Amino acid sequence: MAGFLVNASLIALLALIAILALRLHRLFAVVMLSGAFSLVAAAQFVVLDAVDVAFTEAAVGAGISTVLALATLSLVPAEEKPHSISLVPAFIATLTGLLLAVAVSDLPDFGDPKAPIHNHVAPEYIIGSEEVIGVPNIVTSVLASYRSFDTFGETLVVFTAALAVLLIIGGYTRTANGSRKAKRKNKGSQDAG
Amino acid sequence: MSALLDPILGQWNYYLVIVLMMIGFYAVIARGNMVKKIVGLNIFQTSVFMLYISMGKVANGTAPILTGDPNTVYSNPLPHVLILTAIVVGVSTTAVGYALIIRIQESFGSIEDDDIIAMLDDEEETS
Repeated sequence: MAGFLVNASLIALLALIAILALRLHRLFAVVMLSGAFSLVAAAQFVVLDAVDVAFTEAAVGAGISTVLALATLSLVPAEEKPHSISLVPAFIATLTGLLLAVAVSDLPDFGDPKAPIHNHVAPEYIIGSEEVIGVPNIVTSVLASYRSFDTFGETLVVFTAALAVLLIIGGYTRTANGSRKAKRKNKGSQDAG
Repeated sequence: MSALLDPILGQWNYYLVIVLMMIGFYAVIARGNMVKKIVGLNIFQTSVFMLYISMGKVANGTAPILTGDPNTVYSNPLPHVLILTAIVVGVSTTAVGYALIIRIQESFGSIEDDDIIAMLDDEEETS
């Protein structure tokens, strides 16, 4: 019961932060709330026994993401154009949520030790971590040894993303079509004024 | 508890996470501002992580770090490994998204969906 209370109140806090981020128009506040969301999510991960995920989420989700967002905010307008509540997207989101809820009703109960996910290969890793790899942290031994090719692929993705960011906002492409940029910029300021 | 409510209460964590997911999803499809779209995508993404981590939880279990006591119940470490990879990949895509936003701001002077569509329509009419 205590677990239920802690979990449910953390998720309620997350929902509150998400709704605030949706409603506010100042983008600085929205980005800060997004960082707070990641931090509370990290606390939720600790409650769910995923300590490695929690500190990655706190460092990468709340840290690096927020820094990237702030860097972007220094170059774009700080206010969002006010919008009314749009009914069609709200309907689509509700419908998708209902469909997901129907699908979830087929899942095993939360925390059930007899669920298939806990009885297939997971025990092998828990035993093997000590006997085969010799690392007490099971997540580390799976990440760096059993699934090291996966982790290598992840590194490739990060490299590709860094390359893409450099190509998109690198100096070369920006000067290449400067004249067109200037024309559009004038238009944009006329529209705003 | 009644027989009708029991299955729902057994899976309460999943249902709560779905509510979070849909708030993020709504932000992505309803808002025209691109920074807000990316923030919505982040909320959606973190909620999906939470769904996976919930599946790995074992009642009365502990974090999957060996304690030496043979009677310890460990939570399932496999979803944790999967989500560690997903968090890093998620930040990479977020970075590319923000780079695209900066580029769009430079080309159009706006990061609002409807402004940009109006500008493109104008351009088509004049050319």
